[in-house]
Amino acid sequence: MSMRVIQPGLLSLIQDGGRHGKHNIGLTTGGPMDGQAFAICNRLLGNEPGSTLIEISFGGLQLEAQVDTFVCITGAEIPLTINGQDAALWQSHRVRAGDVIALEFTTAGCRAYLGVVGGFDIPQSFGSSATVMREHIGGLNGEKLHSGDQLPCATVTEHRCKQLPLEHQPRYHDSVTVRVIPGYQQSHFSRLQQRRFFSSTYEVSDRCDRMGYRLEGPAIDCGISGILSEGICHGAIQIPADGQPIVLLNDRQTIGGYPKIGSALSLDTHALAQLRPGGKVFFTPISTHAAHNALHLANSYILRQPIRECPP
Amino acid sequence: MTTEIHSAGENSLIVYLGDSTSPSVSARVQLTAQRVTHALGDALIDLVPSYASLLVIYDPLLTDHFHVQQAIRSVLLTLDVTEDAVTQGNRITLPVYYSAESGADLLTLAANSGLTPEDVIRIHCEQEYRVYAIGFAPGFAYLGEVDERIAAPRLSTPRQRVPRGAVAIADRQTAVYPAVSPGGWNLIGLCPLRMFDPDSNPTMPVAVGDIVCFESVDRDQFFALGGELS
Repeated sequence: MSMRVIQPGLLSLIQDGGRHGKHNIGLTTGGPMDGQAFAICNRLLGNEPGSTLIEISFGGLQLEAQVDTFVCITGAEIPLTINGQDAALWQSHRVRAGDVIALEFTTAGCRAYLGVVGGFDIPQSFGSSATVMREHIGGLNGEKLHSGDQLPCATVTEHRCKQLPLEHQPRYHDSVTVRVIPGYQQSHFSRLQQRRFFSSTYEVSDRCDRMGYRLEGPAIDCGISGILSEGICHGAIQIPADGQPIVLLNDRQTIGGYPKIGSALSLDTHALAQLRPGGKVFFTPISTHAAHNALHLANSYILRQPIRECPP
Repeated sequence: MTTEIHSAGENSLIVYLGDSTSPSVSARVQLTAQRVTHALGDALIDLVPSYASLLVIYDPLLTDHFHVQQAIRSVLLTLDVTEDAVTQGNRITLPVYYSAESGADLLTLAANSGLTPEDVIRIHCEQEYRVYAIGFAPGFAYLGEVDERIAAPRLSTPRQRVPRGAVAIADRQTAVYPAVSPGGWNLIGLCPLRMFDPDSNPTMPVAVGDIVCFESVDRDQFFALGGELS
């Protein structure tokens, strides 16, 4: 009982909520780059939060259902067909054994999530199915999906198709404002440098991947060049010697020795991860208190977002 | 430096327990990590101990910044690092085949240090090293401190491919590469043991706080222990 990969596309990865509690042996977290689209996909399918889905970067994935079930695709705008018929994102669809689910390439945003009812049944390594290619861990043998891969999932015949109303669907733009919790070596950056950081426009460079997004713009100078290596949290904004900020994301190294000016709010790294090279980024400071408030609101929103049954 | 707690991110705080590398600071980091684990319970997501700091990652939907900060403060108030705590941890001896064929930078490092390769090997084996941190890649343990006579700066151009098991030096740190990876450290030998094996339990032979010693083995012993030259 599975889905067969006909074409893997550019970069399709098995992801769950991420690998936690393993930093002591040097393992990073992995998990979905856009946690919001990932969470909504699971919710529309009635899955437990953090169930295993596929993260599709840029598109090109084609699957053949070898089982009767229901699928849902959320995230970046991407043309979707099921057996050649156009199908909508942000809603679950019935598929039968033999059906072909095909995604073209993203037209706004760059990461989409494809799930099935119950999630894909992928063996866990170190407590998670999340694929981290740099570590060769998780997913299927630590690798991205390849043609011919079989993704086990259950036969499901009972499920009421759900949709997220249009007005609640996220929109992906080519600019993002990232809220930053000041911290780490923030006090080593002069007031002038901090002002420059929070008032300039940065552009996503070609060097953006699941480890981090390297940005280009006015260089930020830190009073110190290096620090004793220390733990790096999700969203940490590292300023290397060239002054160009790097926002460290899901597949980041767990420790490093560059100064950091603070860390991006995860709600905004979700939007950042939908930007492609050339996308614009602005930074604005936020207190830890306000950050916690935003996280609670977002969590409550995910749980209470109005989802509707699809018309028959 | 006094102990400081700084904000790190939306769900993390970083505790600085010193500003230099020393066994006593490292022991304080270890002890703090154990106590914080106990104090936070389910609200703790992960910890990253390093040379002189501890990153504490918590679940912001279960607790908040203030509670975590308070919990860490009370741990720090009762922190009493005795000599016992400094020396606790396992002692692990790692065999190394030191040679020009297994360590591409051994001869250069010796020449730059004004020593013979035999001196470099002897000095590297004489020292006991403490595992200060694990990171960079799964199973990569930062060991310190290397004797100043054989300390060497990182290569100006990192190698694209460092073999698995490579024993290397960068400044006053030494390490064994757990897997093939790019790297800029000076290679002086190869260790035949696996430093990271997802299929074995434990996954790694060392943990932060352990003491590591190196023992020189010859070519035949290296192969007998499962070593490979690539």
